Parts: sequence; structure tokens; C-alpha cells
Amino acid sequence: MMSSINRKKMVTKLFLHLILILVSISMIFPFLWMISTSLKSLDQVFLIPPIWIPKPLQWENYLNAWNALPFGNAYLNSLKIALICVIGQLITCSMAAYALAKINFRGKNIIFIAFLATMMVPSQVTMIPTFILYKYIGWIDTHLPLTVPWVLFSAFGVFLIRQFILTLPKELDEAAIIDGANHFVIYTRIILPLIVPVLATLAIFTFMSSWNNFLGPLIYLNSPEKYTVPLLLAQFKGIYITDWTLLMAASTIAIVPVLIVYLLGQRYIIESIALTGIKS
Amino acid sequence: MSKKELKENLWGFGFIAPQLIGFLLFSLFPTVAAIILSCFEWDLVSKPKWVGISNFKYIFFSGESDFPLALKNTVLYILYTVPAQLFLALVFAVILNNVGLKMLYRAIFFLPTITNSIAISFVWTWLLNGDFGIINTLLKSLGIEGPQWLTDPNLVMLSISLMSIWWGVGYYTTIFLAGLQSIPNVYYEAATIDGANAVQKFFKITLPMVSPTTFFVLIMSLINGFQVFDQIYIMTNGGPAKASMSLVFLIYQYGFKDFKMGWAAAVSMVMFAIILTITLVQFKFSNRWVYYER
Repeated sequence: MMSSINRKKMVTKLFLHLILILVSISMIFPFLWMISTSLKSLDQVFLIPPIWIPKPLQWENYLNAWNALPFGNAYLNSLKIALICVIGQLITCSMAAYALAKINFRGKNIIFIAFLATMMVPSQVTMIPTFILYKYIGWIDTHLPLTVPWVLFSAFGVFLIRQFILTLPKELDEAAIIDGANHFVIYTRIILPLIVPVLATLAIFTFMSSWNNFLGPLIYLNSPEKYTVPLLLAQFKGIYITDWTLLMAASTIAIVPVLIVYLLGQRYIIESIALTGIKS
Repeated sequence: MSKKELKENLWGFGFIAPQLIGFLLFSLFPTVAAIILSCFEWDLVSKPKWVGISNFKYIFFSGESDFPLALKNTVLYILYTVPAQLFLALVFAVILNNVGLKMLYRAIFFLPTITNSIAISFVWTWLLNGDFGIINTLLKSLGIEGPQWLTDPNLVMLSISLMSIWWGVGYYTTIFLAGLQSIPNVYYEAATIDGANAVQKFFKITLPMVSPTTFFVLIMSLINGFQVFDQIYIMTNGGPAKASMSLVFLIYQYGFKDFKMGWAAAVSMVMFAIILTITLVQFKFSNRWVYYER
């Protein structure tokens, strides 16, 4: 009796693993096919039945893709923009969150509700008027539209950090107030060291959404030397419309850095996304 | 106001000033401006011209605007992706919650989500290529003649949706998994003692307990669905014959290709109104099926 139940459990487990393995394969498959294609010669691309490991491996596809467009420059641009967004948001969001959580000032509830309400406004609504605004102040074809608004406004970031500060024990800063500390001292000496985990979470979100942003650079940037990685990659399609080997090599080049960051910080990234549940 | 209150106010506004300025400049002002702009005709060069509601009349009723088509395509995309993603993510999360190697599987499922939309759109364009793509090649080896995934107007939205499901399901699985793991084990233990089987436990405990997560995922996936753009821009450029033209694609087309700022703003306002209505209705009805533990 017991052994038949155990056997049934074993079979169920095996079956579940089988499903998960099949899904895993379908998740990885496109990446493997991308890498495989990127190492083929053009005439191997259309072979039927398809080959997985081309002989010889065409490593020069990578060199050709890298040289065909200024990838190095685009990497530096993307990195610069992402870092400015991350550092700026950590500072301004944590300050605003501190004010909303710890300081009693007039209108703070209205400001908080207004911030929250903006999370329901799709970015495409503000896209047209902000484009016009940037045009008038001369920001088109600069990196400013891709950094300044990100640094100065993130309702999600403020909300995330505020919720975290509210879970901290009140005694910590109350004692400091009695000792005569002002808000700047409490914020820098007491609160900031305690909210490092949530700051890391916000940093990861901001980095990923800035790095992967496509529509923004597409609208605001004209000069190729200012292009970010996704925008540069998009140019590839028009130029190498039929050369799948180069397209796949370029795609691999664009994905690899994010992949490395992901594999290193995988657990942390997934957990923070599961905890907060919001991507951008 | 006492001196102390004044001081608190100064500190408060000092700390919130950067974000408050950002909110006014980059969120409140453009939202209001979009409402006003949707009543103007403007090509950014000549003087803006007040036209009342005729932009809306044009996009809805003129028969010349691609708006009804873009709306239809977007709704189709949502109908394909949202239920499938919700269902698959819940199933995967329940399975993951019951087996070992959770971390490994979850990491693999999540992989597509982090990758850049343009690179991944290229890869899928290649996979779905009707003549040489690996998917049709595999189908052929099974004796099935694969369809023209991206060039058949009747199929193109489904193909893009398939890719989006692949892309997003790991993200929602992760959120569901977090929801499942927060269910206290005592409920399941008590149910086991009462003689409940796995199916009963799923419908009586798991499903109600995970309903706030379901609600969140539903709203998020709907909002994301309305904003589909990147993969369409790369994979089909809105074609064939505008069969994959989405709302955001149309806003992009009107605003930044045709320089019809009024039309673009009008489309964005309609999109905003739809998202707002759906979200509010969802909240209103959520108390009928979303269970919050007290």
C-alpha cells in the first residue's frame, strides 16, 4: 500500500520535471539557435536539415558585426545613461521617500496620492507633449531626455522606498530627534544605511529599464554617435536585412553583457522582482 | 505657523523638491498638455490650430484613420497574450512550488525577460521566417506545412503574441511563485487532516490565497498589452497591410513620422481612457473574487 503511494508520488514528480524540462528547453532554444546561426557561413544558414554546430565556426562574423557599426561607442553611451539614471534616482527617490515617511509637512498626502496616480498614466500619453517640450528647450538629439526625467521623477521608486522606510522601527530616529539631530543627519546617518537592500532593488530595476529602453532613444536621438545599444542594433536590420549570420552575431553581442549581469546577480534580481512585482 | 512647523515644512519641501519638480515637469504638465493638444491641429512648424473634438471624430469615424484597426489589433494581442500568460504562469508556478531545483528552473524561465527587446525580436523574426525559419523546418520534418507566420495578415498578431508569451511568462511565474510561497503551510496541513485531495486543496486554498497576486498580474499584463511596440517595430513594422499596427505604433507613426501631433495626442488619450476604465472597473469588481487575508 505504502509503496504504491510512493511510486505514484515518484511518477508524478518525474512527470512534473518532464514538463519543466520541456518548458526550459523552449525558453533557451531561441538563444541557442541565435548563437548557432551567428557562427555559420551564409550558405550553412539555409541548410536542410539544419545543423547546430557549424564547421568551421565563423568567428569572424562577430568581428564583422562589431566593425560594421560603432558598437563600442553605443555601449559607452548606454552605460553612461544607465549609471546617471541609477545614481540620480537613488538620491532623489530616497530623499522624497524620507520626506513622505518621516517629515510632517503641508500637502504631503496630496503629493503622495498624486505621485501614485501617475503610475496609471501610460508613458505614451506624456510622450508627445514632452517631445515638444524637449524640442523647444533644445534637448532633441542629446542624452538629456534619457536621463534628466528619469533622475527627477519615479513614482515607483519613491513608493518602493517609502514603504520600506515605514517598516523600520520608529525608536531609531525618535531617539536621534531627542538628541537634537536634524533631518539631514537622520537621513544620511540613520536611514540611508538601513535602506541599502531596497536601494539595490531600485538600482537593478532602473538599470534594466534604462538599458533596454528603445522607444525613448528612437524618438529623441538622430546622430549615430549618440545611439544607445538597442537603437544601434535596430539600425542593423535595414543594412543587413538578409544576412542572418551578422544579425545574430550582433544580437548576441547586444545580449551578452546583460546576460553576464543576470547570471551573476540572478538570484537577487529575481527575488527583488518577486518581492516588488513591478518591472518599470 | 509656529517656528517649529515652518522648519518642518522647509525640510519636507527641501527633501521632496527634486521629485516634485520632476513630477510637475515630466508628468503632470505633459498629461494636461496631452489633453489640450488632442484638441489642436499641429505639425510643430505652423501655428497650432484649435479644432475641438474633430481629432477624435477623425480617428474614430473618418474611415481614413488607422485607429480602429490599431485598436482591433491591440485588443486581439491582449486576448491572445493575457489569458495565456496568466494561465501558464500560474500552472508553472504551482509546479515549481512542488518540485526541487526551483532556483534553476526559475532562472531559466526568467532568462527571456531580461534580454533586450530588439535583439530578441531579431531572433524571433528569424525563428518565424516562413521559408527558412527553424520552426517551419521542424514542422516540415513532422510532415506539416508551416504557415507564413509574419507575412500572413490573419496570423501575424498571433505570431507576435506567441513571442510575447514566451517573453513574459517567466516574469509572471516569478511573481506567482512569490505569492504561493507566502501561503502558510498550516492551511494545507489542516486540509490534509480533513482528508482533502490535491484538487480540492488547489481550488479551496491555493486559488483564493493567490488571488491578490492574480489581480495584480492581470492588471499589469493588461496595461503592458496596450503598450506593445518594440517587437512590432522590428518584426513586421506594422505590416503586412497594417495587420500588426498597434495603438502605440500608430501614436509613433502620427507623432514622429507624419508630424500630426493632434492625432497622436488623441490616440494616446483614448488609450489612457481605456486603461484607466479597465483598471478602475477591475478594482471595483475585485472584491468579488480577490481574497485578502485579515
